Amino acid sequence: MDLVLQLLFTGIGIGAVYALVALGFVLIFRATNVVNFAQGEFSMVAAYLMVVCVELGLPYWLSFVIALAGMALLGVIFNLGVYYPLRHRTYLPVIIATIGASILLSNSVLAIYGPQPQVLQGWFDTPGIQLGPVYLDSQYLLIIGVTIFLVLFNFWFFEKTLLGKKLQATSQDKEMASLLGISVSTMIMITFIYSAVLGGLAGILVAPVLFVSIQMGSTIALKAFAATIIGGFGDVAGAIVGGLALGVIETFGAAYISVPYKDGFAFLVLIAFLVFRPQGIFGERVAEKA
Amino acid sequence: MSASDNMIPAPAVRSKPLIIRHLPYFIGAAVLVALAAGMQFDGYILNILLQATTFSIAVFGLSVVLGLCGQINLAQAAFFGFGAYAVGLGTADLHLNFWLCLVGACAITLVAGAFLGMSTLRLGGHYLAMVTISFQQIVTLVMINAVGVTHGPDGVANIRRPELFQSSQSYLAFCVAMLAIVGYLVWHLPDTKLGRAMRAVRDNELAAGVNGIDVFRTKVYAFAVCAVLGGLAGGLFAGGFAYVSPDQFSFAESIQFLTMSLLGGVASPIGSVIGTGLLILIPEWLRFLKSVPGLYLAIYGLSVILIIRFMPDGIWGFVSDAFTRWRAHTKAPPVAGALQLRPATTGGDIVLEVTGLSKHFGGLKAVDGVDIAVKRGGVHALIGPNGSGKTTTLNVLSGLYKATSGKIVLDGTDITNMAPHQRTAAGLGRTFQNIRLFRSMTALENVEIGAERPGNTMIGKGDDALTERAMEALTFVGLGSRANELISSFSYGHQRLIEIARALASNPTLLLLDEPAAGLNSTEKLELHELLKRIAAQGLTILIIDHDMTLVSEAAQHITVLNFGRRIADGESMAVLRHPDVVSAYLGSE
Repeated sequence: MDLVLQLLFTGIGIGAVYALVALGFVLIFRATNVVNFAQGEFSMVAAYLMVVCVELGLPYWLSFVIALAGMALLGVIFNLGVYYPLRHRTYLPVIIATIGASILLSNSVLAIYGPQPQVLQGWFDTPGIQLGPVYLDSQYLLIIGVTIFLVLFNFWFFEKTLLGKKLQATSQDKEMASLLGISVSTMIMITFIYSAVLGGLAGILVAPVLFVSIQMGSTIALKAFAATIIGGFGDVAGAIVGGLALGVIETFGAAYISVPYKDGFAFLVLIAFLVFRPQGIFGERVAEKA
Repeated sequence: MSASDNMIPAPAVRSKPLIIRHLPYFIGAAVLVALAAGMQFDGYILNILLQATTFSIAVFGLSVVLGLCGQINLAQAAFFGFGAYAVGLGTADLHLNFWLCLVGACAITLVAGAFLGMSTLRLGGHYLAMVTISFQQIVTLVMINAVGVTHGPDGVANIRRPELFQSSQSYLAFCVAMLAIVGYLVWHLPDTKLGRAMRAVRDNELAAGVNGIDVFRTKVYAFAVCAVLGGLAGGLFAGGFAYVSPDQFSFAESIQFLTMSLLGGVASPIGSVIGTGLLILIPEWLRFLKSVPGLYLAIYGLSVILIIRFMPDGIWGFVSDAFTRWRAHTKAPPVAGALQLRPATTGGDIVLEVTGLSKHFGGLKAVDGVDIAVKRGGVHALIGPNGSGKTTTLNVLSGLYKATSGKIVLDGTDITNMAPHQRTAAGLGRTFQNIRLFRSMTALENVEIGAERPGNTMIGKGDDALTERAMEALTFVGLGSRANELISSFSYGHQRLIEIARALASNPTLLLLDEPAAGLNSTEKLELHELLKRIAAQGLTILIIDHDMTLVSEAAQHITVLNFGRRIADGESMAVLRHPDVVSAYLGSE
């Protein structure tokens, strides 16, 4: 029982990371109808930025700010270089371009930094606290806390602020939004910046738990995508629930079934959902009208 | 007396037998095979040629799935690896016959590809991209970790070749011959029924469905063909190099295959060979790049972005596009005879009987218990103010939406629960309010897809009969002389006519026209009216939706009026248009 609780805690912690990246996926998908396959690389690049800054001797909080600012910049470059020129084409060229961007980002980092995984220490000096039978790692607590905060922030931002409503309007009907005086290209730019920062945040938070490596981006992206399908594609709540569920499943799978195939469980769950419930837990939004 | 006996002109379309037209290809291929077998290469060159040949076959697979059918596969290296390990483990560990292993490689990849495709292809393209990436990762995981079976990271050594091709030189010649055969099949595929279906699916899935194409099955076929070509290529590769290891079949290799395909031109096997050749040769010239890990793939990633942006059709696409444009203006389309419409008459006096049809979207009752009875022969109009449920009704009739309740009987067949392509096979033809043509094809090819509907009794066997039927339909709407032009060069009004021709070529029992007059100028509307008369004169029943009251009142003998999803009037045209409920629905009431 103690082990089960411990695994549940770890699973939710890692699941929260998937949820954050999945959220980034969903936001871009809703705004542009495009799945950004480089979303995971945002996490990887941010983690490396963080490692570089900390190694330069900068304080942790300053490194954090710089890394997130770097992600915002990357979001701008990504939008202008990858999405924007292709915005009038069908989804396939855009998907392929984001895959190209993903390869470019991960291998540029590899070329600059080499293949050795890096270590980033956690935010807190205290490693964790013992709560009854369960040991609560401080970094996992931080991840869960930040995720809860971001989910609430997201809700407030999209439902209560004017900018959030403009973003929603853009994602629902671009032509109508532009007729109402909303600058669609600005809104899409904001979406890319926001999801790059979200992805970066997830990468920085998870870095002390995993190693900082070139592969971390694609691994996280794969899980996050599986999470969005499990939750229901395009649904914000679905992304979060799916991410948490996947983290828990994977942690238990690794503990009770097999460690080397840990990364395979997400795929099996994904296939099971695709076959038996492709619309996910919360259901996908309706497709094209004739 | 069969339908073709009373056609007036002699068959206008006649082409030479395929084998003679394609003879130059086979002669060229034979010369290449002879060269591969006869010339003395040193080991280095031989390896490069062997790699280029086998990789090209794998990239052919991508040109089918991505180029023809518009579906993505980011796991081609995994299928390639399946083939390589099937031949590797089969010949080295199990001491099986090479040919048996090669067939096994194709069979395994066929099953894997079909399974992966069937689990994902009903869903949007982004699912397929992510699922194939996942599959690729799993395959790599298994290759590395299942040491007992795959030898793990050590790989498989001592892979054998067939007795017949023991020397590297003769094995290369064999691979070149395979390349030529597979290349021929892939090259010819777009002009077959399956190939046309794939292109239609790529251009417009909805339109493909209502023209009688089973969209899902077509996609699964394309995906399975791609996987099998990957497996075949992998098997040949393993035999050629005698040693395989997991890193040769990683995600990076899948990306390399994709880049090869995109660079050369995704739509054609010639592009595949160009792209593969370049991406194998260029790295050999730029070996110094490999000294920095990652730099090499980073350049691949960047090239993918740049190709997609600046040269979406690849090198060969760029060349052949210029050629096609030139040819379209020089090659005159064949002259065709008069179009014969012979709507099937198996049912009774009522062609389409709709009873209690409802379609609810959540709480919204878009269509609510509507009855429609369309009499055989003549024009029946479905009208109503905006938001009255007309287009929803049409979409439920053609199967794009599933009815919440009610029954639809077409010519005696209950089609309520059929998929769109099955309804088309049962005799339903339709056009769309917002035109849905296959944009990368010529007018003629668009109409050919319509003519190919399963159950069309008006075409004979073979490609010539198909072209003839399509030409007749295009000539019927007045566009026969422009048959070989691409859709993009037609005006809006003419695109409408091509859509109608596409539906007519299929010889439907009932033709559904969704606002055919929308966006047409007054001259075009008059022409449309004339066209409807000519169609009706051949006994084809039409169900038309339109806002244009002049057109509706002049063309239709019978009108059904909807408002707020319910039927508010039904009957003979003039009486219905004077009906007080109809007047108030359109003009409002006190």
